[in-house]
Amino acid sequence: MTMTIHIDIVSAEKEIFSGLAEMVFAPAELGEVGIAPRHAPMITKLKAGEVRVKINDKEDHPFFISGGILEVQPHLITILADSAIRAKDIDEAAALEAKARAEEALADKSGKIDYATAQARLAEAVTQLRTLDRLRKRGE
Amino acid sequence: MAVGKEIRTKISSIKNTQKITRAMEMVAASKMRKTKDRMQATRPYSKRIGRIIKHLAHANPEYKHPFLVQREVKRVGLIVISSDRGLCGGLNSNLFRKTLTYLSQWQKDQIEVDVCTVGTKASGFFSILKSNLIGQVSKIGDTPHLQDIVGIITIMLDAYLDGKIDELYVVNNEFVNTMTQRPTVEKLLPVVAGEIDEKLSGHWDYIYEPDAKEVLDHLFTRYIESIVYQGLVENNACEQAARMVAMKSASDNAGNLIKELQLVYNKARQAAITQEISEIVAGAAAV
Repeated sequence: MTMTIHIDIVSAEKEIFSGLAEMVFAPAELGEVGIAPRHAPMITKLKAGEVRVKINDKEDHPFFISGGILEVQPHLITILADSAIRAKDIDEAAALEAKARAEEALADKSGKIDYATAQARLAEAVTQLRTLDRLRKRGE
Repeated sequence: MAVGKEIRTKISSIKNTQKITRAMEMVAASKMRKTKDRMQATRPYSKRIGRIIKHLAHANPEYKHPFLVQREVKRVGLIVISSDRGLCGGLNSNLFRKTLTYLSQWQKDQIEVDVCTVGTKASGFFSILKSNLIGQVSKIGDTPHLQDIVGIITIMLDAYLDGKIDELYVVNNEFVNTMTQRPTVEKLLPVVAGEIDEKLSGHWDYIYEPDAKEVLDHLFTRYIESIVYQGLVENNACEQAARMVAMKSASDNAGNLIKELQLVYNKARQAAITQEISEIVAGAAAV
């Protein structure tokens, strides 16, 4: 019997995931972290990317988040996501469109559009697409 | 027959009013369902972030965040969340009455108050009171977004960090059930740590990445935002519920009124007929 840790993933709109896992991977601001049970207490900011919840050797759940906060207690992980979606629910067309729109906004140097926001949106769309890609490869 | 013309017009005008109130009741009922769902959807987030804050208040950080430090109170900030529209029973007046008890207590203790309002009702009320209004938002509509209230929260948090206010409260209606809404006043700052499980006692601290100040600033801002946002969606659900109840009783009252008027009208009509018959009979007897 392997050790497990309880994990809650919530976004401002709803509860995304709640249950036991063997290990959790999250995109912390200083690089990707993997949290196993009995990790020391930790709080860190998350950037946009993929959160992976490993239930056991056979099963794991990928989620996409656009940033947030990770809290680790020895028996409890909480991820407060700014917005989170199950990776398989990512709409590829929407992500591609968002990417195109962000790139367009960046190209438009007339200064009407907030540069930082556009860049953030682009990063978000790109990570979504990357998550999708990875998911697809694993599926094959 | 000219009997009871006024009564008849009155009855039809009440019937029209009743149609309107009944329509408003049904609109409010369907909106209430939606706002209630939204309220329940945001609850997990605010519950979890509340738990983290509770843990944090019991940690022993090397960096003491100003939001956790108690200060002597000379001036308080108040965020009042009200509805934009009326016709929702005593919802807003109950809220303001509750706020007034706090205001008078503060006045007695010579504590000054800065107010931020959400919703046109609150801004109207506090401008009549001539309170020190430092920010207001209104016309948020039925689907509130966090962006709508970030402005006033930032005003308040900055004021707190600059030492202009020493405590921050939020006032809103709490949704107990469809029939009951309770006005509540909640203290946001300084953050009060609640009860905690035994497991976490002892000397320990988090590992902060990238560093304590940055993470905590971010976390506390999110926490305050989530509480105020929760208050806003809850108040929204309250508004619709209160309106539904108020409109239902208005429709019922209109129904009673119509019944009574109909009775008066029928009596008058009957009396007129009786009188006419007796006149005819009397006339015939005279001939």
